[in-house]
Amino acid sequence: MAGILVFIEQRDGSIRKGSLEALSEAKRQAAATGWPVAAVLAGEGVSGSAAGLGAYGASQVFVADDPNLKLYSAEGYSEAVAAAVEKVSPDAVFFSATAMGRDLAPRVAARLGVGALADVTGLSLDGDTFVATRPVYSAKAFATVDTAGKKPQVIGLRPNVFSAEESGGSAEVVNLDALSFSIRAVVKELVSSGGGEIDVAEADVIVSGGRGLKGPENFALMRELADLLGAAVGASRAAVDAGWIDHSHQVGQTGKVVSPSLYIACGISGAIQHLAGMSSSKIIVAINKDPDAPIFKVADYGVVGDLFHVVPAMIEEIKKIKGA
Amino acid sequence: MKCIVCMTHVPDTASVIKIGADGKHIDESGIKWIVSPYDEYALEEALLLTESKGGEVTVVTYGPQRAEAGLRECLARGAHNAVHIVGGESTLGDSLAIAKVLAAALKDREHDVVLCGIKGVGTDNAQVGPMLAELLGLPHVSGVTKIEWSDASIVAHREVEGGYEVVESPLPAVITAQKGLNEPRYAALKGIMAAKRKPVEKLEVGALGLDESALAGVEATYSVRSLELPPAKEAGKIIQGEDDPKAAAAELVKLLADEAKVF
Repeated sequence: MAGILVFIEQRDGSIRKGSLEALSEAKRQAAATGWPVAAVLAGEGVSGSAAGLGAYGASQVFVADDPNLKLYSAEGYSEAVAAAVEKVSPDAVFFSATAMGRDLAPRVAARLGVGALADVTGLSLDGDTFVATRPVYSAKAFATVDTAGKKPQVIGLRPNVFSAEESGGSAEVVNLDALSFSIRAVVKELVSSGGGEIDVAEADVIVSGGRGLKGPENFALMRELADLLGAAVGASRAAVDAGWIDHSHQVGQTGKVVSPSLYIACGISGAIQHLAGMSSSKIIVAINKDPDAPIFKVADYGVVGDLFHVVPAMIEEIKKIKGA
Repeated sequence: MKCIVCMTHVPDTASVIKIGADGKHIDESGIKWIVSPYDEYALEEALLLTESKGGEVTVVTYGPQRAEAGLRECLARGAHNAVHIVGGESTLGDSLAIAKVLAAALKDREHDVVLCGIKGVGTDNAQVGPMLAELLGLPHVSGVTKIEWSDASIVAHREVEGGYEVVESPLPAVITAQKGLNEPRYAALKGIMAAKRKPVEKLEVGALGLDESALAGVEATYSVRSLELPPAKEAGKIIQGEDDPKAAAAELVKLLADEAKVF
């Protein structure tokens, strides 16, 4: 047996987009070698979601359906992944590098006695060895790495980088029975913050505000633009450290490193720590009144001007387009 | 409570990164080294805990000679003991190798809790904590922004996309700290003077029953083929909008729609 096993993350039974990206990428990579692609899904009452994974490239889906797995735990979920690894002896195990994937992948890898490649943004095959690109020093540099010949190759793929695509197959669903759990660190509750706001780590579009916003109340302007674009609200460290917005919004070296399709930086000068966190975004827009602000060096488009005049005017213009 | 804090000594986050002569590591000339910012939250949490419940804080690092400065910084802030496992240059970025070394150093050292930063800034793996927990046979909670401590257990908040998980874990456990957990203190002059007199226990990797050349060789789990700077970016289109922000905004939106095709 060989191939690629993909861990599928679900929340309340719905499959997370990052996992579909990882599964699709596994299917694309496997095309070259003819490897089979399998998936492993853990949770409670999730069996119904399993067969649909065939459309994204899984030929087999291993399902661990157990009340112990209702909420995520590294110990419980690693049991399920290890059981699937046992079944297929894969060459590689893919995770989406989400909060869950980044917690689970290293635990699984250590259990299997191998290392792991974290937060990968580019992937190719050299024989049966995966060669991965990953940002280091918060994307101030990129390392090309591999697992030094160790298998399975545990790889975490950064969300929003690889595309999810349906390839139109079907999957055999296999139940993982007789798993025994000894879960010590138990998730008691998953609490949503901010009324279902999009998280910067998952967003395809981010509207970010910095010191130029002058106060917490002006994040309302960021939210207005973000809502119009279906975007997440980001922030610079200066805005977070000033207490204007929660750290979960921070983009940069001590916040989240993001690569959305569109990043709009408003009143952010572009300290090196911030640039490190967002410079791999596909299109960068900067609005700042200081023409010498470093953010303009990485911007694809920029407006030198007062954000309190430019952003409301942008909102009106975008409404015209969206209305048309 | 006996707390162990795992610390890593990293380039200052404001550093300009240049590629070294081997094409696989950074050029370390001119780099200022600091305690990894996330490890500061781990240390602060341990200091607060021992101040309220008693006990002691031992900071452990696996790093080259210069990392002793990071340990001195932690001692100056109030850590009681420091252990320096000397090495780590050849295993840089290999999370499993690092976790093996730390596990070997910790397994015979009494601990109620092991605290790490969620990641070492630079290598940015965020893997050592969970791997260390697995090797020590302990539960772990990563990316923690709040902890309520009881004598033999904790309730922690773990940051996830769009919210947080409330996690209950018995102790001992490995916990990795996220920004927001606390506000790290600065070292006071008194602490800095006291730190100079505190001993730093030096350990060789060999003394832990491990062979560093094997960890970096046949047992390696991470190999860097090359390290490169991101490609230089072409200059963007910058619109002057001081005089007529409305016109500038209209032009920007038109460019985004027609040229960048993002709307």
